[in-house]
Amino acid sequence: MSSMTTIPTPSPAPLTNSLRARRLPLWSLIATGVGAAVLAVLLFKVAGLMDGGWVLTVVGAILIFLIALAIVSTTVEGGRAARNRVATSLIYSAFVLALLPLVSVVITLVNKGKTRLDGNFFNNSMRNITAFDSGGGAYHAIVGTLEQAGIATLITVPLGLAAAVYIVEYGRGRLAAAIRFFVDVMTGIPSIVAGLFILAFWVLIVSPHFSPTHTPFYSGFAAALALTVLMLPTITRSTEEMLRLVPASLREGAYALGVPKWKTIMRIVVPTALPGIVTGVMLAIARAAGETAPVLLVAGGTPNRNFNPFQGNQESLSLYIYEQAAAASKYGPPRAWTAALTLVVIVLLLTVVAKLLSRRTKLNK
Amino acid sequence: MSQPSFPGSAEAASAASAESPNDLTVEDDTRADIPRHRSGGRQTGTPGGGGAPFGGGGALPTKRRFGGDSVFRWLTTGAGSVVLIIIVAIAVFLIAKAVPAIRADKANFLTHFEWFPNDPTNPQFGIAALAFGTVISSALALIMAVPVALGIALCLSHYAHRRLANGLGFLIDLLAAVPSIVFGLWGRDYLVTPVTELSGWLHKYFGWIPLFGSDGPYGKSILLGSLVLAIMVLPIVTSLSREVFRQTPPMNEEAALALGATKWEMIRTAVIPYGRPGLIASVMLGLGRALGETIALALTLGGGFGIGADVIHDGGNSIAANIANGFGEANDIGRGALIASGLVLFAITLVVNMTARAIVYRRREFLGSAA
Repeated sequence: MSSMTTIPTPSPAPLTNSLRARRLPLWSLIATGVGAAVLAVLLFKVAGLMDGGWVLTVVGAILIFLIALAIVSTTVEGGRAARNRVATSLIYSAFVLALLPLVSVVITLVNKGKTRLDGNFFNNSMRNITAFDSGGGAYHAIVGTLEQAGIATLITVPLGLAAAVYIVEYGRGRLAAAIRFFVDVMTGIPSIVAGLFILAFWVLIVSPHFSPTHTPFYSGFAAALALTVLMLPTITRSTEEMLRLVPASLREGAYALGVPKWKTIMRIVVPTALPGIVTGVMLAIARAAGETAPVLLVAGGTPNRNFNPFQGNQESLSLYIYEQAAAASKYGPPRAWTAALTLVVIVLLLTVVAKLLSRRTKLNK
Repeated sequence: MSQPSFPGSAEAASAASAESPNDLTVEDDTRADIPRHRSGGRQTGTPGGGGAPFGGGGALPTKRRFGGDSVFRWLTTGAGSVVLIIIVAIAVFLIAKAVPAIRADKANFLTHFEWFPNDPTNPQFGIAALAFGTVISSALALIMAVPVALGIALCLSHYAHRRLANGLGFLIDLLAAVPSIVFGLWGRDYLVTPVTELSGWLHKYFGWIPLFGSDGPYGKSILLGSLVLAIMVLPIVTSLSREVFRQTPPMNEEAALALGATKWEMIRTAVIPYGRPGLIASVMLGLGRALGETIALALTLGGGFGIGADVIHDGGNSIAANIANGFGEANDIGRGALIASGLVLFAITLVVNMTARAIVYRRREFLGSAA
């Protein structure tokens, strides 16, 4: 005991061990940040260097901060720690950078979208609305979007589900491998190509057979077909993922009880994976509802109400935005923004509900 | 699963096994084809409840040619094949409609710059300028988006706290959910002002670089289009590469840390090399998305059919944007011409996507559900 107290504390040797190396205290980091910001404002705003706008000021502040951090950290902590600090700051600033457009889109949407957010907008079509009329609405477009997405869902869900069941439960060998591969490849097909395909196949070649005058015609159903091409791979892929998560013991239990394979799939496997499947379907619908390019090519577009998807041109919300944005009328862009706000609300609602639903699933990776 | 009711089932079972040893029909789908008297007092119609007599011991089930199982199997196989059929059909129908238009083309389709297919007597159109615009806008978008996306992915997988990362990842997913028309509208009505200012600034101080050589007018330029495109590609590259980074074995990371690596050195030596094929694939999938993006570019690019190194001058065009903008006034040949350009786009994206998927498939274990 006494000997311990008499031993003089050793003077700190030069430390090379990174665990005990000198570290920058937090306040110095904050000071560097504040200093960089002040310097940037002084340089770019007050001194007017390089006629800076506020974006330039912010970028300048970040750059000055990074350089100052590198210098301070190198002198105190050494080069490796300095690189670590700079990399960390860069990674976090990448995140902030990505949130800027999201925030900006949301603010612009709400600001510009609220001008026409009235009952008139949701209860009227564009019938007899000239460039000088301020009224008009998107009723016909909303109905069109719902019908087209609905028909596409009705076609895609059984097809995609069955395809996923084939891949997971039956698929062996070359055919299954090819189908899997091309489902993945198909998710990358541009939406405009899907539209052109339906234009060439359905509108120009098949639809004349259904028309009394034997001329090609646009329709909401054609748009639904184009959306089907886009939704099918997404739904197949997400369903496949969910089916794979169903434990093999559930299937084996059913087989052991003598249940036929198809009944095992329909009564055991699919119901177990159902929440995840529904999530995938809803995300696919959300994506399809926002598609413009294919609808532009095959639905035709109309200012009138047309609730019959099989006959006559139909509008959709995204097509309506595109038309109104390009309209030669000062009332066009506000309509486009309100329609965009409506569309985003629909799509985000679907997305958020789908994501919440996916948390309820009992299957975990 | 409900069991068959038991009263009388012993008798039923013995009767069943005595009369038909083949009753253990695993392949059988509905029990309707079995005479009721065979099953005695047993209640039918419950899944799996029917077939198995107690004690078993019969012959193996005979496989039925048209039983429910084979019907179901063929149905699902058919549904799976639809995907292959659609891909082939896209190629076939696009070619069928494109060939007449290309035949009518008075200029060389691959090398001509201009796009005037609607002239009834002298249709002239070529894909060169459009393909150039498509490639340069996608390339610029990727150059801007990929570093940021990788940063975010690293932030979500290795830097942010787990719970925070989930919430932030959700925000990025929301970015992916916003329809492209909304980004296009935002780019055209809002982002165009800052980009115009930025273009002037870039020209003033970096005008000696050919990219920023133009002295105006600025605004609806390739720079604006590729900025919007970058924002749209960002979530895809982020979510794919986040999955890739997450797959890094903890052993590799811990080994690097145990050797005294800083966090950044650990990421450089353990995380990034391990995920490289997955990262390449995710960038290529982002490229595929950027090449095919239509409406956002149709709203933000200025149009025109020139080729130049300059990215800040008004103008620029892409295959997809040209289809969207030119479809309205297209006549028969014009439509065929647009379909022909769509065929080129389809071929390019197919090659890009197949390459990316092939990379992913070779290192399947990395990507899992993300791919």
